[in-house]
Amino acid sequence: MSPPLLEIRDLHVWFDLPHHRELHAVQGLSLELEAGERMGLVGESGCGKTTAILAVMGLLPPTASVAGSVMLNGDDMLAGGEDSIRPHRWVDIAMVFQGAMNALNPVRTVASQIVEPMELHGIASGAAADRRAGELLELVGIGSEAGGRFPHEFSGGMRQRAAIAMALACGPKILLADEPTTALDVMIQAQILDLLVALTKDLGLTLVLVTHDLPVVAQVCDRAAVMYAGEIVESGPMDTLFHGPRHPYTRMLFAATPDLYGDEEVLSIPGSPPRLDESIQGCPFQPRCDRAFDRCETERPRLAAIDRGHRAACHLNDVAAVPK
Amino acid sequence: MNGTGVTEVPLLEVRDLVVTYPVRRGLVGALRRRPRRSVHAVEGVSLRVRTGEMLALVGESGCGKTTTAQAIFGMVPTVSGSIAFRGQELTSMSPRAMRLVRRKMQLVYQDPYESLDPRFRVRTTIAEPLRIHRIGGSKQDRARKVADALARAELQPPELYAERYPHELSGGQRQRAAIAASLILGPELLVADEPVSMLDVSVRAGILSLIDDLRKRDDVGVLMITHDLSTAAHFADRIAVMYLGRIVEEGPANDVVRDPRHPYTKALLSVVPKRDPRRRTAPQILVGETPNPIDVPTGCRFHPRCPVAEDRCRTIDPALRPVEADGGGHAAACVLVGGEAPVRTMTGDVAGEG
Repeated sequence: MSPPLLEIRDLHVWFDLPHHRELHAVQGLSLELEAGERMGLVGESGCGKTTAILAVMGLLPPTASVAGSVMLNGDDMLAGGEDSIRPHRWVDIAMVFQGAMNALNPVRTVASQIVEPMELHGIASGAAADRRAGELLELVGIGSEAGGRFPHEFSGGMRQRAAIAMALACGPKILLADEPTTALDVMIQAQILDLLVALTKDLGLTLVLVTHDLPVVAQVCDRAAVMYAGEIVESGPMDTLFHGPRHPYTRMLFAATPDLYGDEEVLSIPGSPPRLDESIQGCPFQPRCDRAFDRCETERPRLAAIDRGHRAACHLNDVAAVPK
Repeated sequence: MNGTGVTEVPLLEVRDLVVTYPVRRGLVGALRRRPRRSVHAVEGVSLRVRTGEMLALVGESGCGKTTTAQAIFGMVPTVSGSIAFRGQELTSMSPRAMRLVRRKMQLVYQDPYESLDPRFRVRTTIAEPLRIHRIGGSKQDRARKVADALARAELQPPELYAERYPHELSGGQRQRAAIAASLILGPELLVADEPVSMLDVSVRAGILSLIDDLRKRDDVGVLMITHDLSTAAHFADRIAVMYLGRIVEEGPANDVVRDPRHPYTKALLSVVPKRDPRRRTAPQILVGETPNPIDVPTGCRFHPRCPVAEDRCRTIDPALRPVEADGGGHAAACVLVGGEAPVRTMTGDVAGEG
């Protein structure tokens, strides 16, 4: 088997807090991306999704410390700090930030904001860069002639398309999209998701869709990884996660999501996620879990293979250990 | 629902509600005597909420659903139409009489981070309506009412939560505290404007079930304003779909979701992502975005984006009418629905068209 396009191994992120305390935002995340796939990274707010992808991009603030490795084409992007990330950032791996559509520069035209990263990274300049910006605007469905306009002249959906065009400026292979449709109406959301799927097909782009919205992932992604308390608790094909989840959190998260045609009762998950500024004893989900047993209080489960491409971090999968 | 209880007075009845907002012309516009224009936020909305019933008002942003709610509470002036609470007309009511009625109808806001004053303990916020309406009697009496409201909002034990400040509560607990504040006067109608859209998925169901219980157990009528069709399908008895200031389809939740008749409802339902990847459907994506409500299209306001529009749709503004003779309370505003029926209003010369 060919090596994965991107391999994140045992990623940790800590943030410094006052009084010599730390917040352990990402706690040993491992994830592999195959070329051309669409992967969903799902979890509730505060579970570390955004922190994890910012760490991959090398865009965390100086108060953060990072450990682990992120292998891209055999290069460890984390090995040499900024120097080892810079050649890859935007060129190989790019990101659409959460709320990016509201962060465009209001006093510059949309096209000039797409040209800027190309010139910075020496991809193209002058007329060639302008031409490429026009092509990108066509690609995301805005039309090249709209490049001379300013962000305030665009609707929310158009600005999000422009933000995607900016991320694609340097021709990356991997696009990390952080909650790209969260503030959008459902019809505009469908248009943007449709665009992202088309980009993966037409450009061979690999997509990581970061969202709290399971149905969005179910609609768009082949595979998904479910995050809880800074780690991945289950990953696998989307179909398997819905029809045969092997972590109670995955199952309960689906059960908490109303479905248009679902008749079964929608159940909230009791309690709230653990604080990440305190050390976690045992399984982080144990206080909220409906199937926890004594081992869950003491030993943190490791992400282990269930089946090909399906992994979960739950003691229930260690059949011999589960009390009858 | 149609046909039964014809004589029953609904808890809330809105008829032909029209709300417009003036658009600023600016100094240049005024000097050039450009015509005064207005945003037609709500253009002839009629709806009913019965005791113990939940009606979901669904639509995309800018469709007028929140304006409708604000008009019900007199928070925006209405141009025309009637709003009746238990048969009492609210639009012409004196502020004094309105205060009495307002005790019986309460609004739950979207953002529990903003609707609770961070300087006050939860008990102070919850007791505030009692002070405003000068009811509740002695201190002990009020404390008991606060505890009751907290218990009804399932913040148990109440004495623990009463003493807390908002920052000590999670998002879900804050929304429960906000709901407790709206329950303390014993309302008969609750209008909830996107009550869970700011909350995490794992706690949403709890808040929605709480609202659901209030109507089932305590017979509170609920008007829920939401952009989320899945939530509406799950919890509401009836769904009304709004587009550009109008209700374009209304009916029992199950009928609207499983047998939509208006092309807009059909498209909207098709783009709602489903939990089960095996149930992925080809979304019927409408091009463009909802038009600006300053320039509402002529004829059917949906026709420029409608996949099945015909020539006559450019001139005929269809009225909401039953989808079938027996109806079952399911109605849609589309020329392709039901038999030949009267149109709502006519713009331009309709006679020769179609």
